[in-house]
Amino acid sequence: MLSCREATRLMSEAQERSLSWRERVALMFHAMMCSGCRNARKQFLLLRQAIRRYVSTDRPNMPGAK
Amino acid sequence: MNETRTPPSLGSARATSVAALDEGFLGELRRQMLKFATLQLSDPQAAEDAVQEALAGAMKNASTFAGRSAFKTWVFAILKNKVADELRRRQRLVEASQLLREDEEEEGEWFDQQGFWLAQERPRTWQDPEDAFQNAQFWQVFEACLEHLPARQARVFMMREFLGLESHEICTSLGITATNLNVMLHRARLRLRECLENRWFSGGKPC
Repeated sequence: MLSCREATRLMSEAQERSLSWRERVALMFHAMMCSGCRNARKQFLLLRQAIRRYVSTDRPNMPGAK
Repeated sequence: MNETRTPPSLGSARATSVAALDEGFLGELRRQMLKFATLQLSDPQAAEDAVQEALAGAMKNASTFAGRSAFKTWVFAILKNKVADELRRRQRLVEASQLLREDEEEEGEWFDQQGFWLAQERPRTWQDPEDAFQNAQFWQVFEACLEHLPARQARVFMMREFLGLESHEICTSLGITATNLNVMLHRARLRLRECLENRWFSGGKPC
């Protein structure tokens, strides 16, 4: 069983490389039982979206967005 | 701003785009570019040069842009390339130990000895992230959270997420291993997540 530290590490690495089958299964198993890590996984994905929005004009209060 | 201005006639695309690039817009754009380039290059002069070159390059073609958004996208694309080239050229060797030292032990802030979430640190559900993305105040919080990352973590995170550099390019230019990089990205993401949750999603919105 992965710890939350290991699970979030894999979730972070999933944005850098494809996880192995074994890592994906371990992560799925952990996430089934851990709402904190399920939330963290969604939030890591949102961070990537947010940083893209942050530098684009597709957000309010930006020059260019008026 | 200037609502009474007569709309430019059709066909005067040049007039439209150049008029749209007023001083306020360019000033704010320049500020953002400089902030980004300084963070990446950790050298104010090199940052200033990169911004200047990017702006000059983009202004030359200002007439070909339909408006501010297109101009901003373009000028940032040029800046990203300039910064990435500069980083590749330098192939800067920063000691990995130095990169990692600043955030030693910090994972103890989130996890217990067995590596499970401390009760008060367990990530909660974020309500309406799309709603937050539409809120100007959210972006101020987001910027503040980025600025509160330890400097090197912020740098690595922006190289990856904003410049879109590949992991191996980041490792080469900073002289760190893939493991170092992953540790830093993991921490940067945990820290940003925590900051946004505390300052925004748990109801800490400014009124």
